[in-house]
Amino acid sequence: MSDSYFPVVPGLGMEENFLSLDDILMSQEKLPGRAESALPRLAVLLGQGGGSAESVPEGSKLEIPLWLAKGLHDSKRRIISVELPKIYKEAWRTVFSADANVVDLHKMGPYYYGFGSQLLNFENPENPEIAQTDCVCFLQTFIARFRRIMDSSQNAYNEDTSALVARLDELERALFQVGQKGLNDFQCWEKGQASQITASSLVQNYGKRKLAEVDG
Amino acid sequence: ERNQADVSEAKSGRTDLIFLIRFRHCCLLRNQRCLLAYLYDRLLRIRALRWEYGSVLPNTIQFHMSAEEVEWFNRYKKSLATYMRSVGGEEGLDLTQDIKPPKSLYIEVRCLKDHGEFEIDDGTTILLKKNSQHFLPRWKCEQLIRQGVLEHVLS
Repeated sequence: MSDSYFPVVPGLGMEENFLSLDDILMSQEKLPGRAESALPRLAVLLGQGGGSAESVPEGSKLEIPLWLAKGLHDSKRRIISVELPKIYKEAWRTVFSADANVVDLHKMGPYYYGFGSQLLNFENPENPEIAQTDCVCFLQTFIARFRRIMDSSQNAYNEDTSALVARLDELERALFQVGQKGLNDFQCWEKGQASQITASSLVQNYGKRKLAEVDG
Repeated sequence: ERNQADVSEAKSGRTDLIFLIRFRHCCLLRNQRCLLAYLYDRLLRIRALRWEYGSVLPNTIQFHMSAEEVEWFNRYKKSLATYMRSVGGEEGLDLTQDIKPPKSLYIEVRCLKDHGEFEIDDGTTILLKKNSQHFLPRWKCEQLIRQGVLEHVLS
């Protein structure tokens, strides 16, 4: 299964891939925002109010998922305005420039890089400078962490990697797995197992599941 | 339907409802996107099944597939077969064979479960019982190995 199954990869940069499952999960992450105008009847839908005719007053803070923010945000900014989540703000940027390896990116929102790229879609008034510093900061964080990811993925053969992987966000984990796969394939080839035909992993999984069904 | 009611209300002048329609529209689009991605992912996995497992799917898997997916699988099988016939001369080329580069014509295999009788090209039949070992031509066994019935033994 692993050989012939090619899922849709997440999009690069500011565009998402419509059919990519990773992108869908990523756009579910929440953003802090503010209602620019009074929003009638929205209170119930957002879980804040009682009656169905209540409106969310102007200026109140909301936490909305990215897909909703993208849909409701238009260039005149009548409805919603979004703010950057704190992880992308100044305070954290100094942490990143100090030592990027220390930060637990998985806890900070498992889609740090993807989400950050999507944030550039919103035209904030401070955006040009933020975008610039954002890109620079991203690249530097990424470069600093990348070396460690590469090192650890290429040298951890047949070990429990959960400690290494725990602090990485999804993009970095994907890279890590690619590195691991390369390493495993190489070791297979060295042992002469490259020409051995194996049962597909899909079949093996089905076999296990069938046993479980028979037992349970 | 609630959206429709709001649309008609908005058209008649209440402009502050526009965002609500937009909000519901966003939700509908989101649901549509999730569904499409799920169905597409299922199709990708079914396609992988054809390459990994062969052209006949076991009943347990077929049980979980919808009628449209079964039809899609059959059509994909047909397109793949047509393509394989058109490539590689008169008999066509089976692309699902020899996924890994072969080292020899005959391979040693061990049987993992009882599979009954198995006929090879020169007419002899071999009884595949659990744990029996045989020396068989590669192209006959490849599919059975991938299905987990046989195990390739390296000497």
